Amino acid sequence: MSGTKKETGFSFTIDGIEVTAYAGQTIMEAADDAGIYIPRLCDHEGLRHQGSCRVCTVKAGGRSVSACTQPAAPGQAVENETPHLNKMRRDLVEMLFHEGNHLCPICEASGNCELQAMAYRLDMTEATKFPYLEPCRALDASHPDIALDTNRCISCGRCIRASQDVDGKGVFGYVGRGIHRRVAVNGENLADTDAAVTDNAISAEVCPVGCIIRKRVGFVTPIGEREFDKGLIGHDIEEKRK
Amino acid sequence: MSERSQAEHPKARIATASLAGCFGCHMAILDIDERLMDLMKLVEVDRSPLTDKKRFTQRCDIGIIEGGCCNEENVHVLQDFRRNCDVLIALGQCAIMGGLPAMRNAIMHSDEPLRECLDEAYITGRYIRNTTHNVPNDPALPLLLDEVYPCAQVVEIDYQIPGCAPEGDIIFDTLSKLLTGKFRGFEREMIKFD
Ligand code: SF4
Ligand code: SF4
Ligand code: SF4
Ligand code: FES
Repeated sequence: MSGTKKETGFSFTIDGIEVTAYAGQTIMEAADDAGIYIPRLCDHEGLRHQGSCRVCTVKAGGRSVSACTQPAAPGQAVENETPHLNKMRRDLVEMLFHEGNHLCPICEASGNCELQAMAYRLDMTEATKFPYLEPCRALDASHPDIALDTNRCISCGRCIRASQDVDGKGVFGYVGRGIHRRVAVNGENLADTDAAVTDNAISAEVCPVGCIIRKRVGFVTPIGEREFDKGLIGHDIEEKRK
Repeated sequence: MSERSQAEHPKARIATASLAGCFGCHMAILDIDERLMDLMKLVEVDRSPLTDKKRFTQRCDIGIIEGGCCNEENVHVLQDFRRNCDVLIALGQCAIMGGLPAMRNAIMHSDEPLRECLDEAYITGRYIRNTTHNVPNDPALPLLLDEVYPCAQVVEIDYQIPGCAPEGDIIFDTLSKLLTGKFRGFEREMIKFD
């Protein structure tokens, strides 16, 4: 009888490798299970998919789709690790650097930052062709345990979903439109909200960059032992294949 | 004997300069340690703080720039390097994206970041003892630019070695591969922006 996952599975390919998926799984979820890493920034395990950063763009049936929201389909041929897609992802990541103020040498997320790690993985080393926008962005250090440095915010919305769906609080939300869209808090400042350092939204895993800062723990891990000193971003997923 | 082999394999010439940087990247060149001896078999150093030569004596194969441009003089030096070097390398985050000096560009949340920066440094800062109450304004001082600019925004840059400061390993690896025509990009594990 059907019912167990194995029996309802179907197969498709990613870069020619056969992958099994189950009804309702996205391309990215099936890839993760199979040990194939698809780069991502706005998607995070345990949070509802948002599909906004487009770093996970893959080609499926010749069309560009975001792997974190696109359901896997039987027999589909997905392209992931191609020079064209990686170049486009690198451009996206580079634009995120240029849209904010990212000074890695003084950032306490450095070495544990997913944006920076993505830049390493995608070889962001060439002289830039985009202008640095250097926007004036707010810093909110009002809360006794938490600070918010929006110079580094990439509007991934992970804190918004975590606060709403996991913490049941809704501390964070977007304000503004287009390039002026920013993450903001539901109060005059952070100290004015019911944000607590124990919230899921404040945990080290949710904010991919150094925007949500837990006070008094910065730089605790020495250089060489930080998360992405140990391996490229995605290596934990890729190791499943070995 | 040495003269003959020198003629057949003339050494490459390199030049280096520090613009708006902290000299940490030049110190990192010394982190190449004893491999500097291997490197010196391949190169001769022309204009550089390492030789204290202030001018190019002849055209160079490789120019290495630490720091971005924060004043008029930096721009002139950088343009001089571009004119006199076949390959120009931006070394470190200051040269690549402005680095720490670029903190004065925008993230001071001011409409006039340069003015506010100078005022705080020379007049209003809590621990300032400046009896003149003036911002230094001697004609001998190079004119400050409105912003700190990464090198690639001023001249064309051929390669960028990331890091603050880059490790001796990545500097040695890149230079020795460039000098022997084997450079094919960085190992991804070696790329670090801090
Ligand atoms: S948030 Fe990440 S990319 Fe931005 S400055 Fe910090 S380490 Fe660098
Ligand atoms: S604060 Fe962090 S988690 Fe929230 S939107 Fe910005 S980058 Fe994403
Ligand atoms: S990149 Fe770092 S080490 Fe190099 S000059 Fe700038 S601050 Fe100094
Ligand atoms: S991870 Fe899929 S769009 Fe951001």
